[in-house]
Amino acid sequence: MNWQPNKHLYTFHGGIHPPENKQQSTQAAIETALLPSKLILPLQQHIGQQAKALVQVGDQVLKGQMIAEPNGYVSAAVHAPTSGTVTAIEAHALPHPSGLSEQCIIIEPDGKDEWAQLTPVVDYQQLAKADLLQHISDAGITGLGGAGFPTAVKLNPSEDLPINTLILNAAECEPYITADDMLMREHAAEVITGLQIMAHILQPEKCLIGIEVNKPEAIAALQHAVDELQLTELITIERIPVKYPSGGEKQLIQILTGMEVPNGGIPADIGMVCHNVGTAVAVSRAITKGEPLISRITTITGEAVSRQGNIEVLLGTPIDTLLAHFGVKQDKLHRLVMGGPMMGFTLDDVSLPVVKATNCILAATRKELPDPAPEQACIRCGMCAEACPASLLPQQLYWFSKSREFDKALSHNLLDCIECGACSYVCPSNIPLVQYYRFAKGEIRIEEHERTASDHARQRFEARTARLEQEEAEKEAKRQARAEAAAAAKKAKEAASDSNDDKAIDPKAAVVQAALERAKARKAKKAAETATGEVADDTPSKQPAVDKDTPKLSAVERAKARKAARAAEQGNEQTTDKAAKKGGLSALEKAKAKRAQQADGSKPSEQPESSSKAEKKGPSALERAKAKRAAEGEQLTNSDTAAVDNTEPAKAMSALEKAKAKRAAQSSDAESTAAAAAPVSALERAKAKRAEQAQQSPSEPAAEEQKPLSALERAKLKRAQAADNEASVETSAASTTDRPDSADKKPMSALERAKAKRAEQAMQDAAEDSAADTENRD
Amino acid sequence: MTDYLLIIVSTVLVNNFVLVQFLGLCPFMGVSNKLDTAWGMSLATTFVLTLSSVCSYLVYTYLLAPMGLEYLKTISFILVIAVMVQFTEMVIKKVSPVLHRVLGIFLPLITTNCAVLGVALLNLNKDNNFVESLFYGFGAAVGFSLVLILFAAMRERINTADVPEPFKGSAIGMITAGLMALAFMGFTGLTSA
Amino acid sequence: MTILTAILILLALAAVFGIILGYAAVKFKVDEDPVVDQIDNILPQTQCGQCSYPGCRPYAEAIANGDEINKCPPGGEATIHALAELLGRDFVPLDEEHGEEKGKRVALIREAECIGCTKCIQACPMDAILGAAKHMHTVIADECTGCDLCVEPCPVDCIDMVPVEVTLNDWRWHLPGAPETIQKTELIATDKHPAPAQDSANDAANDKKNDGNTEASA
Repeated sequence: MNWQPNKHLYTFHGGIHPPENKQQSTQAAIETALLPSKLILPLQQHIGQQAKALVQVGDQVLKGQMIAEPNGYVSAAVHAPTSGTVTAIEAHALPHPSGLSEQCIIIEPDGKDEWAQLTPVVDYQQLAKADLLQHISDAGITGLGGAGFPTAVKLNPSEDLPINTLILNAAECEPYITADDMLMREHAAEVITGLQIMAHILQPEKCLIGIEVNKPEAIAALQHAVDELQLTELITIERIPVKYPSGGEKQLIQILTGMEVPNGGIPADIGMVCHNVGTAVAVSRAITKGEPLISRITTITGEAVSRQGNIEVLLGTPIDTLLAHFGVKQDKLHRLVMGGPMMGFTLDDVSLPVVKATNCILAATRKELPDPAPEQACIRCGMCAEACPASLLPQQLYWFSKSREFDKALSHNLLDCIECGACSYVCPSNIPLVQYYRFAKGEIRIEEHERTASDHARQRFEARTARLEQEEAEKEAKRQARAEAAAAAKKAKEAASDSNDDKAIDPKAAVVQAALERAKARKAKKAAETATGEVADDTPSKQPAVDKDTPKLSAVERAKARKAARAAEQGNEQTTDKAAKKGGLSALEKAKAKRAQQADGSKPSEQPESSSKAEKKGPSALERAKAKRAAEGEQLTNSDTAAVDNTEPAKAMSALEKAKAKRAAQSSDAESTAAAAAPVSALERAKAKRAEQAQQSPSEPAAEEQKPLSALERAKLKRAQAADNEASVETSAASTTDRPDSADKKPMSALERAKAKRAEQAMQDAAEDSAADTENRD
Repeated sequence: MTDYLLIIVSTVLVNNFVLVQFLGLCPFMGVSNKLDTAWGMSLATTFVLTLSSVCSYLVYTYLLAPMGLEYLKTISFILVIAVMVQFTEMVIKKVSPVLHRVLGIFLPLITTNCAVLGVALLNLNKDNNFVESLFYGFGAAVGFSLVLILFAAMRERINTADVPEPFKGSAIGMITAGLMALAFMGFTGLTSA
Repeated sequence: MTILTAILILLALAAVFGIILGYAAVKFKVDEDPVVDQIDNILPQTQCGQCSYPGCRPYAEAIANGDEINKCPPGGEATIHALAELLGRDFVPLDEEHGEEKGKRVALIREAECIGCTKCIQACPMDAILGAAKHMHTVIADECTGCDLCVEPCPVDCIDMVPVEVTLNDWRWHLPGAPETIQKTELIATDKHPAPAQDSANDAANDKKNDGNTEASA
């Protein structure tokens, strides 16, 4: 029967008629697969994400066993084509135009060809659609027409895209390739079964099989199968005229239905889904027999092989095995092409494997596929536009691609180009037009990628700049606050103090002076109490000055002041100097202490009240400052002053503890011991002291102290944790009974320990000296 | 009505200001490298040409002629044109700073575009009334724009073409302009004068 | 008298037009030049400073004020072309003083030598280095733009700039006729260039053999 094209069909613009060269490979039946010595299975044989290997080197695998699983939604599994051992999982050159290497699983067959456990679906019509799709996905089926898109994804269009037509692409328009032709001749029933299964999944209104009229045997076989299965209502076989590239998805849809896939869209947008007949057979085998995709029909053709034909080849078979099987003539082989002469690419390395998309291996002689003629100037003849099946303007695209005007190329619908090669075929100047378009598409993709990357980089940079500015602003604010507090304190102090001539420019000096004054006051008070029993009037004006001088009270100075006070109790004023000297106070501070002593001497009556009040209020100013700091969220990085503060309390910790212990020893005052036992920080100690001497229980400052307490402690803890975690034996020895909070005690840095030691030493010396001096003085 | 149509046809095609009367060649050669700038320039020139043509007519008819100061027409027309150009430049700078930057010096150079002054002066020779002046100016502008855009499109294509080395750049541009002028000579005789 | 009238008329005209222009100048005042944003969008945002400005935005502002457009090596020729097109200026080749156009590179820290000083972290304009004080530092390759700013501050010099390898996803076709593709052969024979050393003699022999062997198969 002379198969004429069906009359009611449409056509697409352009197209060419290259010589078919198909009958060379259709003379014999499909050969059975041969077992090569090794199988190379790339993890990326499809569009989408690379599969994830499931096996390891040395594993034994069975035929059909899944050796790599899909990685993501658009991905496909890989199965072992035969039983054997996994000898390597390494980078191997891919059959790709780039020649790049990617991960491949290399299997050495053991010759037994043992199947794994297969799980066919007994009655697919009972199974849910999702389960069927999972089954197809597990079988690793991708489009076998050459593109390699995962079939399960294609069979699952989104909900809002109803499918009305399912099309099987049996056109096989490219010259030389006859794989689908032979498949349909020999396995027509499986093709139709596969189509049935797909139709069950997609539920279209009708199914069409588009086949070119140059395949009469295949048409007859298919028609017979359709009749046998009584599916003539559902399935129509459409005979289409021979034209390249009718086998393109969009072109076939246009021929069969007259509808065009929209710009930038997919066939599902107009209710169509198109699959290759090879894919249909794979689906049929996967569902009815449970066989995964482990082999495919490949055409081996070209003048450089002695025998041409089709073979069912195991995936991963190295091409040199195939060529040897078909008797390649090395001296005649000029070019080895994977795919057809229009859309295939040249292979440099014959050891590359067959992959899921390999529909043809063309071993061409120089005469068959001569070297491309030199590219000449475009004569603007317009033949390319006449031939383009997508109705594009190849000449314009050529000019734009050449001059890198990619935005103009995009506006001329460069992305609709299916790279069929019809334009290059007809060009009288032998311009490789498709290479220009591929170049332009690549450049556009890279430019867009770079634009996204640079936008991302800019955002990151701006975020970082903002973060740094914010940190800077916070620091600035803190500095401001501290400066203001110091200035205010200084101003108040200057305003209040007229007798004290020390123009304390250094706030620390003022602080020290205040501490010394307090100490003196206390001492004087004690002396006054013991001697006269008087309690002088308060001088409120003086108090705020003293109080505000102590925002950054140095605990060392406090300790020294207390020590001085103690010494003064025993009536020796020079102790202060000595203690100060021993403790390493600066000359300025010593001078201040002296002056404080003088003041002390000149105004004894004022001291006691002032001292007691000072003591009461002093720490509260300190607490206030500390509270402020805590409120501002003091960070460890900002710890210069904090460190100093922390160091000194730490220093003072042991020093004070020593002092307390000594005091306790000296006075054997139960209260002081208890007080010495309780505290954890300098503030608490101050509190305790106050409680001890003034015999008041400050409840108000307690709350205030909590915050600075925690800030101070936090800072200390942080610093301590950063340092070595040595158990500070000395510290614990120094403060035996008095540290319920071990966290406070434990992390004493070496620096702190040294300082503590020094303070301790100073204390002891001072004590000795005071005793000596007392003797001397007296 | 026919008169106005005739005026349009005459100014756009038959007596095209650029290709037939050879006025305004400076922006024609200078701004026609890219199609986008040519669009911008033609819009700007249309705006200036139409308004200045009308304003010049008004100034002449109601100010200079009654006072007998016809000899002042050149300087006052230039004044009018300069003001129009300044105004247009401000508008463009506000609306599209990129276009303003791209047009660059050519925007103020519309002031010295002999086509603009030429339209204003030639208008007088024709004894047009107000509406006719309007159409005359507008038609001249449309003619200028048409030729500018055509030429820019051609130059863009020529830029990427395989031009022999000695001809690259303005040389081939001049040749193309000459060929265009030759083509426009085909319109001769369509309208009288 | 006529002279006076003429002058007065002209003055009057000038005054009227001056008023119109003055009003327009106020009405159509432009505050900022958004072309800086467009320039900044074209620049590659590596913030490397090779253009001698402290970042891409300052360079964009400088270009808007008239600076040369050929100072950005990471952007390369493509960026210069894009800038030239945007600003209507001529293309100028990359100014070699500021550096060469190298392929994309990312920083790599040799972790065995890293001392955890955080100097490179502070230097990185992208926050692309992960680490903390006295902890291991490492470069997040996806965020690294190859700006080179981390190499100098490292006190133990343990940072290398390694070129990014091409993967299957990055690979793209080359321009036909470019040197890395096939060599164009001269169509018209000339004595200037000797004929390419092909096995043309062998080809002729082979073709003859083919003609003999091949049956007329179609």
